[in-house]
Amino acid sequence: MTVKEEQTIIDVALENLTSEVERVHADGYRLVQIGCTDIDGSYEVNYSFDKGYQFKNLRLTIGPETEVPSISGIYWGAFVYENEMHDLFGIPVTGINIDFKGTFIKTAEKYPFSVTRAGGDRCRNV
Amino acid sequence: MPERIIVPFGPQHPVLPEPIHVDLVLEDEKVVEAIPSIGYIHRGLEQLVQKREYTEYVYVAERICGICSFIHALCYSQGIEHIMGVEVPDRARYLRTIWSECSRLHSHLLWLGLFADSMGFENLFMRSWQLRESVLDVLEDTTGGRVIQGTCKVGGVRRDIGQEKLDEMHRALDPFEQNCRDLGDVFLNDDTVKYRLQGLGVITKDEAYDLGAAGPTARGSGVAMDHRETGYAAYGDLGFKPVVETAGDCYARCAVRVKEVYASIDLIRRAIEEMPGGPIDVKVKGTPDGEYFSRAEQPRGEVVHYLKGDGSKHLARARIRTPTLANIPPLVKMLPGAQLADVPVVVLSIDPCISCTER
Amino acid sequence: MAFLKRSPWILHYDASSCNGCDIEVLACLTPLYDVERFGIINTGNPKHADILLITGGINAQNREVVENIYEQIPEPKVVVAVGACAATGGVFRECYNIVGGIDKVIPVDVYVPGCAARPEQIIDGVVTALSILEEKRAKMTGAARIKEDARHAEQAGEST
Repeated sequence: MTVKEEQTIIDVALENLTSEVERVHADGYRLVQIGCTDIDGSYEVNYSFDKGYQFKNLRLTIGPETEVPSISGIYWGAFVYENEMHDLFGIPVTGINIDFKGTFIKTAEKYPFSVTRAGGDRCRNV
Repeated sequence: MPERIIVPFGPQHPVLPEPIHVDLVLEDEKVVEAIPSIGYIHRGLEQLVQKREYTEYVYVAERICGICSFIHALCYSQGIEHIMGVEVPDRARYLRTIWSECSRLHSHLLWLGLFADSMGFENLFMRSWQLRESVLDVLEDTTGGRVIQGTCKVGGVRRDIGQEKLDEMHRALDPFEQNCRDLGDVFLNDDTVKYRLQGLGVITKDEAYDLGAAGPTARGSGVAMDHRETGYAAYGDLGFKPVVETAGDCYARCAVRVKEVYASIDLIRRAIEEMPGGPIDVKVKGTPDGEYFSRAEQPRGEVVHYLKGDGSKHLARARIRTPTLANIPPLVKMLPGAQLADVPVVVLSIDPCISCTER
Repeated sequence: MAFLKRSPWILHYDASSCNGCDIEVLACLTPLYDVERFGIINTGNPKHADILLITGGINAQNREVVENIYEQIPEPKVVVAVGACAATGGVFRECYNIVGGIDKVIPVDVYVPGCAARPEQIIDGVVTALSILEEKRAKMTGAARIKEDARHAEQAGEST
């Protein structure tokens, strides 16, 4: 039997993030990933969850240097994604259960995906 | 209370060809805490998306990892096709399924070999890899590449498999399956293997689900979750049931992979039998504008390619979440309680693929 | 030292490869290709090795590791760079974390082409490395002999 996959994206505000994630957790969703995208000087952070192939996304939009509360208190495994978020994008995440403090992924260029990085070009050969 | 000492495991450890580092906190021989650190093969290829056209990025996606190569390319292509509304011809869907299952076969046989090596079972290691070579021969014969195939593209596949070759593959499946069953029999029923693996590195169903485990790591703990159930490529036509074990130990994870080898052979057989005719690709026009979380089932579990296009020929963002990254939290929970000598076996039981993890 | 020629010990290091070349290197050890029949042994200890086989390009993190391993291998030694990434950085050469091929950090003697390199090519690369190893050995013993002769001549001069 084939299950149809559906994807929904819900915008959340920074102050509601923890309570929304708690609700998703209570509904029995599992954490799939946390990923960032830079959108013209700000970050779009996707918290993706799944339950029975139904894909739910909480989307948070924040400016650079904004502190984001960790959700590792709710989903223990979130630390890998949150450390990655910090190391690649330079987004400060507060209260991670296992905080590598910038040593999870070591890169030659600090915060290679940061919107405020030196030069600021998108390296495109358009 | 015994004194605690920290033993570094890796980055160069003989049991793994790839570098991963784990700091093990020990009390005598017993692991009480494990702290992983990665980054030895981080390349930063997600950013390459801004330098390569969306059709060229398939090759980069394929080289995220040399073992899961075809399915990375497939997952990326399916994502772009979804954004652009491209309908892939039936024959291409079936061919993609065959190649996906071939990669799963070679990946699982590779893993079974390495796993046997981690137990000190050299003979079984060599037997698994010998069988794996016959899968690689088929891949080379049909695609031209042994580990990196380069046949998947946006809009279909690049090569067809002729009827003669399909018949030959079909004939070869029975003896191959017999060999796999003989090999699997050792993994499933040998007393020394059972003694080494049962009760080791246990995580329960609830833990596995809550920690976001993927693939055989989740299925070994009884979480029936396999993305092939959503019926991408030709899995919807062929029908598919996930392989599930319930014990949650290293033996269960091993058993899931052994049984998935049998399942893959069955899927290839049915795909060859039901292979439709027609074209193998469609012309893709325009540029992707939109976003999609494309998901597929790799040998190691569910992979997510988040693709976002802004209407230009370069994507704005590709974010790849690979199964090993999701399996690191379960690994951290599995290790405490194990003996130091069992650490290589437990680490390997999640089938770590570091080049995937670090991208 | 002539025994070196037929039984080189290899140290394999995965710099930042995609795994493709690594599993092909491993495949060389397994029954179909079985390089152990040539006396080629894969070792984990740089001090035991004659040939350094590297897959993948250099990145920020492993640069020192590669230099360190190279320093530890005793002379004569040969470096074989396996695959396109080890030669130039390959498809990843434009990534922010990739410095380039292996020769950016240590001297390379043999380049094995391919993405991924095939086991036959890897074996061919190792066989080529063998003759280079032999040349280096001959040069070393030659240099040692000249030094020895000079020392003898000096001693002879002193005694008269």
